[in-house]
Amino acid sequence: MVVMKMKFPFQKRVKLAQGLWLLSWCATVAGAMTFTLGCVLKTELRRRAEVMDNSDIHVVPNTLMIVGLASLGINYFASKICQDALDAGRFPRWKNFLKPYFAVSCFFTVLMLLSVIMSFAMKGSLESSLKVGLRNGIRFYKDTDTPGRCFQKQNIDRLQMTFQCCGNNDFRDWFEVQWISNRYLDFSSKEVKDRIKSNVDGRYLVDGVPFSCCNPSSPRPCIQYQLTNNSAHYNYDYQTEELNIYLRGCREALVNYYMGLMNTIGAGVLSVFLLQGSVLVSLRFLQTAMEAVAGKENTEIETEGYLLEKSVKDTVKEYLDPVLKFLLLKNQVEEGTTSTAGPAHA
Amino acid sequence: MVLLKMKFTQQRRVRLAQGLWLLSWLAVMCGAFIFCLGVYLKTELLRRAEVMDNAEIHVVPNILMMVGLASIGTNWVASRVCQDSMDASRFPRWKVLLLVWFGAAALLCCLLVAVVVLSYALQGRLEESLKVGLRNGIRFYKDTDVPGRCFQKETIDRLQMEFRCCGNNNFKDWFEVQWVSNRYLDFTSKDVKDRIRSNVDGRYLLDSVPFSCCNPASPRPCLQHHLTDNSAHYNYEYQAEELNLYSRGCRQALIDYYMDLMNSTGPGVLSVILIQISVLVSLRYLQTAVDGAMALENPEGNSEGYLLEKGLKETLEEVKANVLDMLKFGQVDPAAEESPEAAGGEKAADSPTEKAASPPSTS
Repeated sequence: MVVMKMKFPFQKRVKLAQGLWLLSWCATVAGAMTFTLGCVLKTELRRRAEVMDNSDIHVVPNTLMIVGLASLGINYFASKICQDALDAGRFPRWKNFLKPYFAVSCFFTVLMLLSVIMSFAMKGSLESSLKVGLRNGIRFYKDTDTPGRCFQKQNIDRLQMTFQCCGNNDFRDWFEVQWISNRYLDFSSKEVKDRIKSNVDGRYLVDGVPFSCCNPSSPRPCIQYQLTNNSAHYNYDYQTEELNIYLRGCREALVNYYMGLMNTIGAGVLSVFLLQGSVLVSLRFLQTAMEAVAGKENTEIETEGYLLEKSVKDTVKEYLDPVLKFLLLKNQVEEGTTSTAGPAHA
Repeated sequence: MVLLKMKFTQQRRVRLAQGLWLLSWLAVMCGAFIFCLGVYLKTELLRRAEVMDNAEIHVVPNILMMVGLASIGTNWVASRVCQDSMDASRFPRWKVLLLVWFGAAALLCCLLVAVVVLSYALQGRLEESLKVGLRNGIRFYKDTDVPGRCFQKETIDRLQMEFRCCGNNNFKDWFEVQWVSNRYLDFTSKDVKDRIRSNVDGRYLLDSVPFSCCNPASPRPCLQHHLTDNSAHYNYEYQAEELNLYSRGCRQALIDYYMDLMNSTGPGVLSVILIQISVLVSLRYLQTAVDGAMALENPEGNSEGYLLEKGLKETLEEVKANVLDMLKFGQVDPAAEESPEAAGGEKAADSPTEKAASPPSTS
């Protein structure tokens, strides 16, 4: 039961080969573009690597880069094959190459589709990674004298200014950590001693935020300290104040940024996937149509081209059998040798 | 006395035409590059137009854009001319246009040189413009409720954050203006009343700076207020503190930025000048060589190419005489109307005397 049989007169075969040659060069360019998009995404993720706890999300740009490089190779061979396809003398040398070639190409094309799906599916993983990373960043904000953490303050400040956000979920995260280092606290002052005694861990907690949370669009000079105290500032209402500091949390800001980037890249890679798929389908049709011509005297006869000789199920079994045999056969052979060796010893 | 004479065989003329065709297309690309450079520089200047008092510095990108467009056209014409130069029937029609072309190309080169000179010479004007613009921006920082000035605060804040600078000359400029609006001052408070009474103009002056002056690289949470008061903050010394705020003034930061931009375009502009001059010289040689070849009996023989037919001084005098002639052409007309009448009168007066003279000779 042949899958998708089509008739190919000589003219149609020639047109198919020419069209496929152009298409494969377009697909090569598209593959290079995919590689570039993978590099761009990787660079952007690495720029904010200090506020990410794990690098699980890096599997998306890594896959894109691998698929981009593979697609360059696949499409290069596709163009070579269809150049040779119409030449009866040179086409047969590709005979043995084509079966593994199609297997590898299908694998990488499916991987391309998988990377697009992953870029949507990994939103949760990215979010939890950012949650932990930002929490640590805010906790270690004050440790500018601890090796390994001395740049956290600068990173968090620049992050909040660039992405116009404050804190992890929102600005209240700053109320729960001590973000002012002990080096700058006067422990002889009554106010400092009161604050430290007021909580179990002996931390100096304030209802204030760092300057990087300030919103330049506010008509009023920034109010950073005593945010919950309406009487501390003239004409100020904590509940209704919207423009003073950034209300958005940095986790949400970063997730939106990266999801936007990955959605755009995903749309591009999806179109590259369709292009690559059409190259492979056309090449398969060309191969089967030209195989029917081989050995005939009149090369201009009409032939049939098809996608798969057997049905989908049978073809999958045919491809997987060698792989499984390779994995399982070793066990069978070992069992056989041990069983023969046993009686021999005995 | 011909200037820089060179012999041209037919082969050499053909090579010159081909090379010039390529060079003129390269010059078209360079013209497009100059235009894009002008557009980029103009965009960068317009982005910060709110802190500039006048737009004199815009003459640099304007000239770059005009020269870029003109150079695209001129060099395209040059490529057409050298395409036609090998065809004896089509070359003569370019004769008059070529004179104009040489003038235009020379003018473009001069303008490009002027741009390079201006980009250095206008630095002082730019600094003046920024000084006044920033001073106004700092003065109107608090006027977020005044139409026309309501975005000054945001502009100055974003400028200070982006260029990592504070104030006009330095952060002390903020001590001299009231940058907190009266809407947010509690006039019943003693502190506010004291501060307002402490100076002649009744302004609320602080030794504080806005948050946008804060330096994120400081190991300490930013100290914005009571900057000159060492006792107001623990372990703080006003004179020794370096990293707390940005120490650079915004005028210096912006000047450095724009001068870097214009200096980095300098080498590019100079190389475009060289390419344009070489197109000019090559086209002149091609024109004279092809003209010389067409005048020969055998058009494929050797001819001479030169830059100027006469010496430099004589050519300039000739050009001056031509220009003066063209200018005097308007003045010649009244004299010409009188002289035909006078000439006619003289002729009429002459003929009777001739007639009078001839009969006595015959009789």
